[in-house]
Amino acid sequence: MTVSRFDDATKARIDELVARYPNRKAALLPALWVAQEVYGGWLPEEAQAEVADYLGLPRAEVEGVATFYTMYNKKPVGKHHIEICHNVSCQVFGADDLIHYCEKKLGISAGETTPDGMFTLNRAECLGACCNPVAIQVGGKYYEDIKTEAQIDALIDKLRAGERPAFDTPQGKLPEARTFGRNR
Amino acid sequence: MQEHPQLLYKHRQVPGIHTLDVWVKHDGYSRFKKALGMTPEDVITEVRTSGLRGRGGAGFPTHIKWSAVPKNRDVEHYLVINADEGEPGTAKDRDILNGIPHLLIEGCLIAMHAIRASKCYIYIRGEYVEPWQSVQRAINEAYKAGYLGKNVLGSGLDFDIYTHLGAGAYECGEESALMSSLMGERGMPRLKAPSAPLPMVSGVWQRPTVVNNVETIAAAVPIIEIGGAEYAKVGYGSPRSRGTKLYSISGHVNKPGVYELALGCPFSDLLEVAGGVRDGHKLKTYIPGGSSMGFAPPTPLDYPFDYEGVPAATGTLGLGSGGLIVFDETTPIVPVTKRLVDFYHHESCGKCTPCREGIDWLAKIYQRLVDGAGREQDLDLALDICDNIWGKSFCALGDSVVFPVRTSINLFRDEYMSYIKTGRDLVAV
Repeated sequence: MTVSRFDDATKARIDELVARYPNRKAALLPALWVAQEVYGGWLPEEAQAEVADYLGLPRAEVEGVATFYTMYNKKPVGKHHIEICHNVSCQVFGADDLIHYCEKKLGISAGETTPDGMFTLNRAECLGACCNPVAIQVGGKYYEDIKTEAQIDALIDKLRAGERPAFDTPQGKLPEARTFGRNR
Repeated sequence: MQEHPQLLYKHRQVPGIHTLDVWVKHDGYSRFKKALGMTPEDVITEVRTSGLRGRGGAGFPTHIKWSAVPKNRDVEHYLVINADEGEPGTAKDRDILNGIPHLLIEGCLIAMHAIRASKCYIYIRGEYVEPWQSVQRAINEAYKAGYLGKNVLGSGLDFDIYTHLGAGAYECGEESALMSSLMGERGMPRLKAPSAPLPMVSGVWQRPTVVNNVETIAAAVPIIEIGGAEYAKVGYGSPRSRGTKLYSISGHVNKPGVYELALGCPFSDLLEVAGGVRDGHKLKTYIPGGSSMGFAPPTPLDYPFDYEGVPAATGTLGLGSGGLIVFDETTPIVPVTKRLVDFYHHESCGKCTPCREGIDWLAKIYQRLVDGAGREQDLDLALDICDNIWGKSFCALGDSVVFPVRTSINLFRDEYMSYIKTGRDLVAV
């Protein structure tokens, strides 16, 4: 095994998660989230092994779980992971066209990462933002009501410039209650 | 339009209602206090009187789940909230999580008291990072204010609520798969009663467990506030469908959004509240309650929209989760159905053969259709595969593909024939 990337702060975070459950195994999903963050957005074999060893689980079991869930990335992703919902509520508002436009603009196919490591593009299944199609997720942040190529241009430019609309952390300030399409 | 009392959304539009201060100013946590003054049995009686049924899709009577939990505290009991909202077309729980998280927490507290649980896990789908943050912040506030923690409000009872983030698996919205996932396993379903004990007897960590949808738990708050009998008076349809329901109305309507309507109102009320089918177009079909319910014909429009009325009037599977998707005449039905088949193909966990293989075959047929290589017998073949998937797996994921395919072929056979004969859609997109 290569050098551990779990420092004391990471271990403390996982310990805090473990304390929520009756046994260590139950903390596997949250611990994998922490590991994915520590390992720069994906879970290489070393990361899975480190989680397994720390929780005292067989490595095969951890690999089984890590590969079952789509949001644990099994290969490196770009700095900005763009996922465009293509399920029916978004499909009928042109999600496929927007995905093709994105592919052309970034010069990659869905599922790939740009050579500069800036963007990964993916199709997403229903993001649960059906009332404001088309929905796009970048990292943990949703962008909704995206219907034109100009909006895609603006979003990608913004991301490329390193500027992204405020992304609230659990410690930070959360947005005011929003109506999500109601009474618009 | 009928009257639609706003029970869950009573204070939805109040600025800052997601914060504890504003929530408490608008009667927040008074229902929890009221419930604490009642015995657990009395709380369950109110819920039984209210007629509340599960709002996640299955419509199982809530009080049966709650009263099946042992009436002692010999072992830990668990409340698990299903916030793994992933059914295409469904976006209602997200609105509660984002906008009125304290409603959920207050409902959790009432339910925990009723089932004698001191621990609750809110299982939120991995994509819902922002809703998760919203709920977690509300939980932190509730701990600080003493509504969560040890000896809450001097009751001698401990209440803890934790959030648990999923990682992208539709299957985890299924009760037994969700419990597996919560315990740190792959999200695969388990054998059900009567072949295995009910979760209320042996659920997560082999302890008594109640799994409820976000909206179901939220409904406990108005039930305690106005009483089960008053709640049961709300509703225009069947005596078995009482109270209000949140509908996320999407697709080709003028004002898509999440709306609260009384159960059993005419279907036309749903269209009206969402501003009607978008201007200049007419209704072609709609999915009444999340993609697995299937496609409904454009008429009738005046039937009672509730657990009993929807399947009777439309030939779909039912009310489901309340995710209404409206399609106008520009919708190409074959690609839309194909997208749903591909979705279930992608999300099948692979445990049961009828689901895993059956949906794989359906996906191949639909690919053939849109490639212009479809054969006439493919339609009957698809229907036959549906018959062989239905009811033959551990969970309902396989069944979920059956109604979209069946209703789509039965309602729009001419569009399928157009694909088969000309390789093109009838609808110009």
